[in-house]
Parts: sequence; structure tokens; C-alpha cells
Amino acid sequence: MITTALRMLIGDKTKLLGLIFGVAFSTLLICQQVSIFAGLLGRASSVINDVRSADIWVMDPSVRTIDASYPMRDTELSRVRGVEGVAWAVPLFKSQVQVRTREGRLENAVILGVDDASLIGVPNEFLLGRVEDLALPDAIAINPAGFRLLFPGAELDVGRELELNDRRARIVAILDAAPAFAANLTIYTRYSLATTYTNPGRNVMSFIIARSGDGLSPEVVAQNITDRTGLKAVSSSAFRNESIMYIIENTGIPVSFGTVVVLGAIIGVAIVGLTFNQFIMENLKQYAALKAIGLKNRRLLAMTLWQAGFVCVIGYGLGLGAAVMFFRSTADVDALRGFYLLPEVAGGVAVLAAVIVLLSTLVSMRRVLTVDPATVFRG
Amino acid sequence: MSSTTIQHSQKHAPPSGSDAAVVCRSIEKSFGEGQARVRVLRGTDFDAKAGEMTFLVGPSGCGKTTLISIIGAILSCDDGDIRVLGDDLRRMRNGRLAEFRLDNFGFIFQQFNLLPALNAAENAAIPLVARGYSTRKAERVASEMLDKLGLGEHTRKIPAQLSGGQQQRVAIARALVHSPRIVICDEPTASLDAASGQRVMELLRDAAMDHERAVIVVTHDDRIFRFADRIAHMADGTISTVEQGKAEHSKTAVAPEDTTP
Ligand SMILES: Nc1ncnc2c1ncn2[C@@H]1O[C@H](COP(=O)(O)OP(=O)(O)OP(=O)(O)O)[C@@H](O)[C@H]1O
Ligand SMILES: [Mg+2]
Repeated sequence: MITTALRMLIGDKTKLLGLIFGVAFSTLLICQQVSIFAGLLGRASSVINDVRSADIWVMDPSVRTIDASYPMRDTELSRVRGVEGVAWAVPLFKSQVQVRTREGRLENAVILGVDDASLIGVPNEFLLGRVEDLALPDAIAINPAGFRLLFPGAELDVGRELELNDRRARIVAILDAAPAFAANLTIYTRYSLATTYTNPGRNVMSFIIARSGDGLSPEVVAQNITDRTGLKAVSSSAFRNESIMYIIENTGIPVSFGTVVVLGAIIGVAIVGLTFNQFIMENLKQYAALKAIGLKNRRLLAMTLWQAGFVCVIGYGLGLGAAVMFFRSTADVDALRGFYLLPEVAGGVAVLAAVIVLLSTLVSMRRVLTVDPATVFRG
Repeated sequence: MSSTTIQHSQKHAPPSGSDAAVVCRSIEKSFGEGQARVRVLRGTDFDAKAGEMTFLVGPSGCGKTTLISIIGAILSCDDGDIRVLGDDLRRMRNGRLAEFRLDNFGFIFQQFNLLPALNAAENAAIPLVARGYSTRKAERVASEMLDKLGLGEHTRKIPAQLSGGQQQRVAIARALVHSPRIVICDEPTASLDAASGQRVMELLRDAAMDHERAVIVVTHDDRIFRFADRIAHMADGTISTVEQGKAEHSKTAVAPEDTTP
């Protein structure tokens, strides 16, 4: 009866298209929105991820996210270094800065200053230049997205000069840092240089990044640091989660994305539900006839489930394909860098699509099950 | 009243005779509850024999459709005896009834009730597919049946591409494809013109005669009465008279006890 069920559905092209469109639309919308949301959350922790060599972050106790730091006294660094289990600890400066090109283009940037001597904290993803180049006078490294923002249409190159808060800076390297949440332009430079670009007060240290040693876990060492210094110290992964939770809890972003996702699901249920119901209603007399002929409810239910499953698979496939095409076509768009269709999202949406189809066909299935075969003889 | 009915049914000897495909005794059926309760069948007796066309005629609302729905195991009766091919329908559960229908009945409806998206062969194949035949084999058998019914060229057409008479012939193919012992038709010619109606009745008559089937036809259409072996007249929920039909091939005389006193 599977063939019969599917032929019934395929024979009604208009409704089949409507049903598939409904599922595909929901799939595309939800995949796309959830992926972008996940990408945004990823951006919230991109700086933490890029500093791979450190596994502990130390900060002022009031700090809750990588994106808003509160300066610590420089003397804290040696105190942290003295804590048992700390292999090494270096300062990290993080701030926002205005960048202007010779041509007069102005952009906002996230600037990160790393330890002058070790340059620990610079992501090791150089497209042009080398990490050693950052030791040169006025040397900065920027990300490709930032480069294109500042010099639209220009090929990536090094040697160009910029003004950072009226001070001269020279691009010596292009490095593929993940885009940050606050700005698409990310600048890496030496700690000492970064502080002169931003003119802060006496205390300038935003974070101390450190590495656990002596075979101790970062969590244990972080606890040691907190105990000894009174500063907040957490493992990288804890800080990443905290930064993500900060965005989830303190911005309207989850609500707005969530709304679109829920709307996508509702629209899907509405389109599929109404179309499928119409399909069943138009065939209800025939279903009654099938019952009269001797098909049991189990059989009819299986037929409807096959129809629903068919719609679900095709619709989901098309929607997923469209989502993949979307992210393919935006892969080169800097504003959408770091947004991918995650397999987890694709899998989750598959389940959601099945739920949408099942929910929307439930009412129709009830009709099929309850239709009285005796009605076939009535006009 | 109902107690008399029960006594009445007990007076009858158990139905016998090798060709009595359907035997109904003292069938009672009411619809609705309380004030709105309507007693549609009032101790109805009815027989149908294999190899015969039994017509059921009577004024609108007298209970013809209700009676054949009960005979067809689609509707249950409130009281009485109903034996089909020797089996007591009242002792069967719902699932068993569905199997019984699939095995023993072919149904033909006034409105054809073909699946609009399926072509003629696929529609006619449904009872076979439902019995577990592969789609391919079922459609081959169905196509042969359609061919016999003069629709050999139309097996791949969907109902919308067929005339009313052709659609009803597809429905006949569907009703006969699994060689049921009993064929039940409710107003099979009511939606057809005279010529198509004649053709449909000829095919049904052949189905009855050639394969020893019991064919029960509910109709208002006096143009087709000449196909009847027997005509049961129904009025107000009971069979008033049973007359022998004029069908030339008719072989069975009407037994006097078939007529309700
Ligand atoms: N499911 C039902 N619920 C309530 N009343 C019903 C139901 N089915 C039939 N009836 C009533 O039973 C009576 C007999 O109906 P039935 O359809 O058997 O008549 P009929 O002889 O087939 O009439 P027609 O020639 O118009 O088809 C009618 O009064 C009808 O309204
Ligand atoms: Mg009727």
C-alpha cells in the first residue's frame, strides 16, 4: 500500500508542492537562523579560542565576559606568577580603538595587546608576515576581514599605515583571527604599543592569561589563583561558556533569533497542517471506501505516515540544500564570517521537521481513523 | 416489541441451502438516542443466493442502504441473525470483519469512489494490494480485469480522464478483481446515462452468472429491473414482497418462505 499512498500524494501536484514547500521553508529558515545564532555566540568567545596556548584566564572579579573587562593593577601579574601550579602567566590587553586610514576611512576595532617579550596570545594563523614582525616599531597585525573593511577592493598586503587614535601604526602581518563579537576588525599588537594607542590610566591590564603546570588541571590552578590573589580566575572553557551565557542572558539576540525560529516552526505547521488536512478531506470519501473494502485502520495510518514521511524527507532535503547554498554563497562575505551550517543544527532541525510534520498531520490522521466506512453509501 | 422480534427469529430454522450466500433474519437497526431514535430496520428478513442478481427496491428512506451496509459487514445490527457464506457476522470483531470484507465482498457505490490520483489499473488493484500482492502483480491482474470490462485501452488513465460509465466499470473491476463471493451495489447506475447503465448491468450479470456470485443491487432505476433474478420490495424497514425477476437466464424459483407474511 506504500506505492498507493505515495501515488495518491504525488498525483496531487499542487498540494504536494505546498507540503514540500512548507517543510523546506521551515527547514531553511530554522537552519539558517540557528546557525547564524550559533555563529554569533561563537564570536563571543572567538578571542578566547584564538589564544590556544593559555588554559586559564585571570581578571577583575567583576568581569563576566571577554567583551567587557575592568583593568587590574600591573603588580597582580607577579602575584599570579607566584601561585603554585602556574607554568607561566602573561598580560593581555583588550580594548576598543578607532582606526582611520590615510584615505579617511574610519572603523571601530578590537585591539589586543600581547606580552612584548613572548608574544603569547597571537593566533598562529598568519596569511602574510610572521609573528616576529610584531616586534618592529609601530607594528600591528590585522585580520583579513578588517583589511577589506579598511581598504575595500584592495588585495591583502603588508606595509600600509593606519592611524590609531592619532598615532601611527603599520600593518606588518595579516592573520586569520576569528571575527570578534564587537567588531569585524581585530588588531593584534604588543602590549606596550596597545596601551599607547588607547591612552588608558595607570592600571591597564585587562586580563592575565596563564597556563597550568605541575600536572594540575586548569580548574585547580584557577582556584589557587583566586585563593591567593582575590582575582577571578577561570579555565578557558569556563570563560568561554560564561561569555556565551552573558550574551544569551543580557542581550535581545536569543529572543529575536528564537522568535524567528518559533515563527518558522509555526508557519511550517500552519502550511503543512492546512494543506495536509485539505488533502485528507478531499480524499476522505476514498478513505472511507478503502475501509469498506477491508483496509484496517493500521493500514490507513501507515499510508498517511508514509505520505507524511515522504513530505518530510523531501522538504527537509530541499530546505537543507537551500541552507547549504546560502552558507556557501555567503562564505566570502566578511560580515558573515564564522557562520557555518553546523551538523548539530542540521540534525536538530531534522528532528524538528519531523515533529512539525507529525504535529500538523495529527489532526488529519485522526480524521482518517475515525471516518465511518458506512458513509461511503451515503450521497 | 423487541422481545417479539427475538422470539420471531427463534422460530426460524437455521438458514440452509448451498446457494444461500446471505441470510438475514429479523434484523433490527435503529439510529439515534432517546427522542431522536429512529427504528430503520424492523425485523427484516432477506436472502441472496449465489449465481443470482437480487434487487432491493423501495421508497427513499425505507432502509435499503442500511440493510446492505449490515450485509456488507460495514454496519452492525442491533438484533437478529445475519449469516454470510455460513459465517455469523455478529460474532466477529472489527478487525476480523475488515478481513472478511476484503476476502468476500466487492462493493460498488453510486459515486464510484475511485482514488482521483490513481489510474484505472492502480485503482482496480487496491483489493489485491491490500491482500498482500506486489503492486506489479496486482496491477497486471487488475489490467486483465479492466480488459475484460472493455477498458483495455484506458488502464493508465486517471478517473478524471474517464466518462462516468467508464469510471463505474473501473469500480466494477475493483469490486471483482479479488474474486469475491458477494458483490454489493448501491445505485450503481444512478449516475450513468441509460446506455452506460445497461452496459454496467450486463457486466454485473455476467459476474454473477459466470462465477456463481451473489450480486445484490439496490436501485430506483426501473430501466434495469429486467436484469433481476429476484426483486425484494422494501417498505418501512421490512421486506414486503419478493417477486421473481424477468431475467431470461433466471433459474431459481422464488421459495414461498422467502416472503415475509
Ligand atoms: N447514520 C445514521 N444516523 C441517523 N440516521 C440514519 C443513519 N443512516 C441512515 N439513517 C436514517 O435511516 C433511514 C434509512 O436510511 P437509508 O439510507 O437506509 O435509506 P434508503 O432506503 O437507502 O434511502 P435512499 O433510497 O434515499 O438511498 C433514513 O431515515 C435515514 O435518515
Ligand atoms: Mg440508499
